[in-house]
Amino acid sequence: MTLNTYFDYVIFPILIISVILIMIRLFKGPQVVDRVIALDLIITTGIALITAYSIRSMESVLLDVAMIFALIAFLGTIAFSFYLDKQIKK
Amino acid sequence: MTDLLTAVFSTIGALAIFFASIGILRMPDFYLRLSVTVKASTLGVGLLLICAAFTFSDVSVTTKAMAIIFFLILTAPVAAHMIGKTAYHTGVAIWKGTIIDELKGFYDEKEPESEEKDKIKD
Repeated sequence: MTLNTYFDYVIFPILIISVILIMIRLFKGPQVVDRVIALDLIITTGIALITAYSIRSMESVLLDVAMIFALIAFLGTIAFSFYLDKQIKK
Repeated sequence: MTDLLTAVFSTIGALAIFFASIGILRMPDFYLRLSVTVKASTLGVGLLLICAAFTFSDVSVTTKAMAIIFFLILTAPVAAHMIGKTAYHTGVAIWKGTIIDELKGFYDEKEPESEEKDKIKD
C-alpha cells in the first residue's frame, strides 16, 4: 500500500465527510454567528484539503493557495464580527 | 521512514479535523461550538502542513508551511475572540447546563448609557 492509495482511500474521504458535516451546520445554524464559524471552519478544512492534495500530487505550488485561503478566512471572520457589532448598536 | 511519518501525522490531522466537524454539529451551544472548532482545526491543519514539509524536502516549502502554521496560530484565537464577543453583545443564548457566566451584568448596564449618549448627541 503506497502513500498515494492511503491518501486516496483514507485521508480525502475523512476530510470530505467532515466538510459535509460542517455544511449541515451551515444550513441549520440558528443564528448568524453559527453560520460565520461554520464558514470559517469550512475554509480551514479547505486549507487541509489543498495541503493533502499538494502532498498527493507532489505539486508544492498549491501551498500558495492555502496561504491566501488562511488570509481570507481571518479577514472574513473579522469583517463579519465587525459589521454584526455595528448592526446591533444602531 | 518519511512515508511512515507522513502517514501517521496526516491521519492524526485528518481525525482532528473530523472531530472538529462532529463537535460543531453536535454541541448544544454557540460558545461550546466555538471552543471546539478553533483548537481542533488548528491542530489538524498544522499537522497536515508538517506532513507537507516532510514530503517535499525543500527549504522553500518548509518555510511556506511554517509561515502558514504561524499565521493560523496567530489569527485563529483573535478571530474566535472577536466573533465570541459579538455573539455575547448580540445576546446569543447560553446553554442551560452552563455553570458560570462571568460576564453577566457587565454589558447590560453599559448599553443603556451608550444609547443615552447617542440620544444626547442627536
